[in-house]
Amino acid sequence: MRMLKQFRSKIREINQRYGKPKIEMSKGVKFSLAVLRIYLFVLVLLMIYKFITVL
Amino acid sequence: MDFFSVLYFRFKKVWKAVRLYLVIAGPGLVVMIADNDAGGITTYAATGAKYGYHLIWFLLLLIPVAYYVQEMTVRLGAVTKRGHAEAIFESFGAFWGWFSLIDLMFVDWLTLVTEFVGMTAALSIFGIPAWITVILVVLLMSIIVLNGRYWTWEKIALGFCLLNLIYIPAAFMVNPSVSSILGQGLIPNLPGGFNNELFFLLMANIGTTIAPWMLFFQQSSVVDKGLQEKDINMGKLDTLIGSIITVVVAIFIVIVTGTLLNGAPIDDAATAARMLMKTNHYVGAFMAIGLFDAGLLGAICISLASSWAFGEIFGWAHSLNTKVKEAPWFYISFFLTLATAGVVPLIPGAPLVLITLFVQVVAVTLLPAALVFLILLLNDKKTMGEYANTPLQNTVSVIIVVLIIVLSTLYGVSALFPNLFQ
Repeated sequence: MRMLKQFRSKIREINQRYGKPKIEMSKGVKFSLAVLRIYLFVLVLLMIYKFITVL
Repeated sequence: MDFFSVLYFRFKKVWKAVRLYLVIAGPGLVVMIADNDAGGITTYAATGAKYGYHLIWFLLLLIPVAYYVQEMTVRLGAVTKRGHAEAIFESFGAFWGWFSLIDLMFVDWLTLVTEFVGMTAALSIFGIPAWITVILVVLLMSIIVLNGRYWTWEKIALGFCLLNLIYIPAAFMVNPSVSSILGQGLIPNLPGGFNNELFFLLMANIGTTIAPWMLFFQQSSVVDKGLQEKDINMGKLDTLIGSIITVVVAIFIVIVTGTLLNGAPIDDAATAARMLMKTNHYVGAFMAIGLFDAGLLGAICISLASSWAFGEIFGWAHSLNTKVKEAPWFYISFFLTLATAGVVPLIPGAPLVLITLFVQVVAVTLLPAALVFLILLLNDKKTMGEYANTPLQNTVSVIIVVLIIVLSTLYGVSALFPNLFQ
């Protein structure tokens, strides 16, 4: 239980430490990250579809 | 100055450069040669058996592909002194950081299972039971890592890299026709025309050349070794030599199977080794030893890539230069990843085919993200300064990265839906 609490506080600390992206959010960076999100979203949808059809 | 004095000074200058290279060499050589892991050997063996020497030209194209992607990690590691996982967390925030770290953990673990499958299959050819192989490998790797020095680990890893060259004498032993290799292999051609089978094999070859763990491994390795900005050029040379060696080894595997097993159905490298043994016992044995070594090298690097990444993010001591007492979590995560992956091939009826499929699919979710982050980080002039990508480097690397993303995505999707492209 104590270890779990320590782990949770560690995760919280990491989330706080890296809360704000340090890279300059230029248009190019924003566009790349947006495209990446869409790409991953579609890929996850495909995997879920495959998983459902296999089951 | 007379002729001999000039010659002497030139020799001293070259010798100094060679000695400097020998000090800095390591991360690039190890990552590139470990890239020829158990999965890679299977892909190359299948390529040779299916298409003979006809796709050697395509393998040669993979030299610049591997070099341009991996050399970026050298610059990033030497300038920022941070591993790839930490760089992603810091530059893109916790969301992308966790995504990359958790994805890396999955891909690495699944790939590690495939390395153990390769190693157990290779040694089973010599009558060694799978459980003995797994125990031996875990013990051997723990001893290598627990010595408490990066340098010692690197030298041992380089020794295993040397063993990876075993395919070169094997190729000479099968007496291939040099004129056929040059005539069929070096002129770009698509044997039998462009079809799904060929496309799948080409994608598999690209997939084995650039894997997500390689980016994380080389950058962390550069940091752990302590390379500085002044070492970047030698680090790049190290990567270039490594990428040439990895493709040369791949070509020699293609020559072996292309000569002796042309037309035979090859599903994995262990089957190829068994079939080769019927024709030439020593070549088959070399193939099996090479497969074991490839799996071992892959396992050494992949398990370390995960432990380094965890250490960077969780703030644990995470260097091979530390003792177990100083970095317990680093070594525990290394050992746990290794041992849990090693157990899987021992489970009767374990879904090994499904795991291999999963490696391809999950890698597709991480590789594009890791590559996009890599290019964005290399364009962050505030951090990278004079080592940021030049317009030419950007053009080349963007073209390569886009090609890898498209082809690896098609590879992953075709693994999910095998009938989609038929």
